[in-house]
Amino acid sequence: MRQIWPTPGGVHPPENKTQSLGLPIAQCPLPPQVILPVSQHLGAPADPIVSVGDKVLKGQLVAEAPQQVSANIHASTSGTVVAIEERPLPHPSGLSGLSIVIEADGKDEWCELQPIEDYSRSGPTELIQKIQAAGVVGMGGAGFPAAVKLASRTPITTLIINGTECEPYITSDDILMRTYAEELVEAIRLLDYLLNGPQEVLIAIESNKPEAIEKMTAAIATLNDPRYEVVTLPAKYPNGGEKQLVQMLTGKEVPSGKIPAALGVVCQNVATALAAYRAVTKGEPLISRITTITGNAFSEQRNLEVLVGTPISFILQQQGYSKDTASRLVMGGPMMGFTLLSEECPVIKTTNCLLAPTQEEAPANGPEQACIRCGMCAEACPASLLPQQLYWYSRAQDEDKLKAYNLFDCIECGACSYVCPSQIPLVQYYRAAKGEIRQHEIEKKHSEKARERFEFHKERIEAEKAARAKAREEAAAKAKLRAEEKKKAEEAKLAQANSQATDSDTTPSEAEAKKNLVADIIAGAKKAQDDPARLARNITSTEDRLKKLQAKVEELEQSAPDQAEAIRARIKETEVKLKSLQDKQATLGNSEEKQVDATLQAESNSQSDITLQAEKAVEKMEMSANQKVQRELDTLKRKLAKITEQLASTDEADSDTRSALELSEKMLKEKLRKAEAAANSPASSKADAKRTLSGDEQSAVGDAITRSMERAMQKQSVDVEELRQKIQTLEARIEATQERIAATDDATTKDALRKGLVSMQTKLEKTQALYDMAEQSSE
Amino acid sequence: MDWLSEFILQRSVAEAVLALVGLALLFGAILGYAAVAFKVEADPIVDQIDAILPQTQCGQCGHPGCRPYAEAIAGGEAINKCPPGGQGTINSLAQLLGVEAPSLDEEHGEESDTRKVAFIREDECIGCTKCIQACPVDAILGAAQQMHTVIADECTGCDLCVEPCPVDCIDMLPVDSGVADWHWQLPSQNHLGSRDNIIATDASEKSEAAA
Repeated sequence: MRQIWPTPGGVHPPENKTQSLGLPIAQCPLPPQVILPVSQHLGAPADPIVSVGDKVLKGQLVAEAPQQVSANIHASTSGTVVAIEERPLPHPSGLSGLSIVIEADGKDEWCELQPIEDYSRSGPTELIQKIQAAGVVGMGGAGFPAAVKLASRTPITTLIINGTECEPYITSDDILMRTYAEELVEAIRLLDYLLNGPQEVLIAIESNKPEAIEKMTAAIATLNDPRYEVVTLPAKYPNGGEKQLVQMLTGKEVPSGKIPAALGVVCQNVATALAAYRAVTKGEPLISRITTITGNAFSEQRNLEVLVGTPISFILQQQGYSKDTASRLVMGGPMMGFTLLSEECPVIKTTNCLLAPTQEEAPANGPEQACIRCGMCAEACPASLLPQQLYWYSRAQDEDKLKAYNLFDCIECGACSYVCPSQIPLVQYYRAAKGEIRQHEIEKKHSEKARERFEFHKERIEAEKAARAKAREEAAAKAKLRAEEKKKAEEAKLAQANSQATDSDTTPSEAEAKKNLVADIIAGAKKAQDDPARLARNITSTEDRLKKLQAKVEELEQSAPDQAEAIRARIKETEVKLKSLQDKQATLGNSEEKQVDATLQAESNSQSDITLQAEKAVEKMEMSANQKVQRELDTLKRKLAKITEQLASTDEADSDTRSALELSEKMLKEKLRKAEAAANSPASSKADAKRTLSGDEQSAVGDAITRSMERAMQKQSVDVEELRQKIQTLEARIEATQERIAATDDATTKDALRKGLVSMQTKLEKTQALYDMAEQSSE
Repeated sequence: MDWLSEFILQRSVAEAVLALVGLALLFGAILGYAAVAFKVEADPIVDQIDAILPQTQCGQCGHPGCRPYAEAIAGGEAINKCPPGGQGTINSLAQLLGVEAPSLDEEHGEESDTRKVAFIREDECIGCTKCIQACPVDAILGAAQQMHTVIADECTGCDLCVEPCPVDCIDMLPVDSGVADWHWQLPSQNHLGSRDNIIATDASEKSEAAA
């Protein structure tokens, strides 16, 4: 005989098991409709895979488990899916849940099954998958998916088959052991195989089931396996609890918050074992179960083989339920069951008992009275908890204390409520407190997630802001760099020209040429500045020539009179020319300015290419940098104005918004100040550029040209201005193209660029001609 | 050193005083070392307050998020400005801060029993992204000119997206509480009140109150 370790607490309620054992198992007739809730088990609900109107066969998968801890749901009879909707659930809440409703066609026609004749040829993993696919869940009450338990990762030394059935009234496991003892032993051998042969296989049965013990012992004897043993346990509630059972059979207590597998133990209910066996060897999914129909409100109390999904109302009708005599209708036993709020809900995989006691059997609870601190609950508690303390703290909703007093080790067996002389519904307090704590934990998780997301959101916003600022800065820096490079290039060009001009020792002729060029430029500029003087000089020189010619005529008249005639004609000519020159001088008074322009333009175009280009580059550089800063300044100013406006309109009382606005105003002002400083610095760089230009002669000329050009620009008409701009852009483009030609190595690109250059040059010439014409007309 | 030993030998008081001073220095050094070496970083009060707040980030308290409100509470602000947290949060805060728990300041909103999440009527959404910008927990998915939708799991029900929507296509819907969310309630207080029946006078009082 095996040693039975004592367990704390426990109660001995009246067993009331004989009523339902008088008759053998009967098959419940086929109901007209089956209702299959998608959540009949612990874990996630299954997902329906059929739709309304589909024809289904018995055993066909109708809802699929989405993950490991869940279970498949199969049609329990053949027929048509008529609805997938919310239906009342067999649940203490009385709430509705998604259910698949199948209208039975009465044929009860099986779908094709795939049995495994010899399971020893398949590996445990494959068999466990088969069990999982069959939707087998713990049928003792909790409904934990069986496959998950069997797929234990820790090595199992003890397999416990739970046939204790300690709760009063319930006899479904008892009658199952009596009826299917041989098949059950085969089922146990399957589990033994799945768990890789644990050292001991214990079939635990309470001493109040002598017939079951006898049948099981006889069935096991044929195996001749010393590991198998039927253990008779003393009848005490709640010995059938998994943790209690493990403690009684192994002497080890399952640690708080752990599962028996941590001790190398797996417990399976007898009905679960049988269902797993049928799933493997017959290929049958879990679609029916044995349910005890008991309580004196039924005219016939017995065990029924019921299809999962059979409406309770159908069974009640079959078994002669009298609503008048019943005090209530309970699903499960009197200790752990719950009152059904609707008769329309169906039998599910975990429905081991339907109890309809009369008033005499189960009188309504008396009024709850004050706790008198008798301590009977603590004596009854099988988990060695302190129920009265838990009661106080549950009432006070003191969650820390409840956790400290190990509320979550409570198995909700109801022993404390059963013994309480004050009729306090203790278990309800604990269940409520547990629910409350669980909900708060979920909320906490939610809020933790929200906090994280909020912080991430803040970080993201900051990062985006920073990235924008950085991009702006980079763009500004790039522009500055470009401008500097251009400036440098111009400076280099100027320096080159300068050095070439001054470097007379090494290349005298070239230097001479450059000097001449410079002189020309200066002369041109001077000419541009004092054209009337030149005209006057012209007149004087013509007069001189006239005088000389006249002297020559006098001389010649004496020697050769025929030649004198020709000279006279020339004198006449010269006189006419002088006349015209004098006329021109006379009209010069009003047209002087325009003539200056014309001369200047002609000269600046032809003579001072380098200077003009330098000037243009500097101007362009100034323009771009200045414009950018100016734009930024403008936007900042606009923003500031807006903020100030908002600030003014914000209510005095709204101090938070006000302070925020004030802060942003301050920041904007700061930014504006910085931008203004930046705007000033390009101005200074412009001055720098000017200075480098005026460092040498050319730049002096350039300055002079700029001045006169500015003057000229003021005077010129609009179309002339436009043409001039066109010429300038063309020149710039030509210059850029030349640079690019110099920079590229690729011959084809160079060719293309040269072609472009030529076309641009012709265009420039054309524009120039147009410009000249326009200028003449404006003159 | 001779004079010191002589001084000590002549005056026994000096011996005692020196011994005490020595001990004081020794223990002082030990305590000082322990204070540095075994320093426990206390959870700053702001973090503790923030942990109690419901993190809806709704701003109903007048602060831009729960953390700023936690900071404000640490700075002495009233603890009853959080409608999403309700009385439970106020009680926890009061317990943490050791003050009397006030009732919720209705000025900032009313406590709601049911959790709500935002829902966008998607065919009405014009894709303006205004709600996305308003969401403090980035729980709205979408892009410009594209339909937006709320990730219900991440939504805190803060309400902040409802206001900016130009077409009013956002509803705050109560979260469906199915069987999975259900839990037992404490036995009703009326049930406890059935003690009243024990004494006849209690019963009459009760009936009077009811009347």
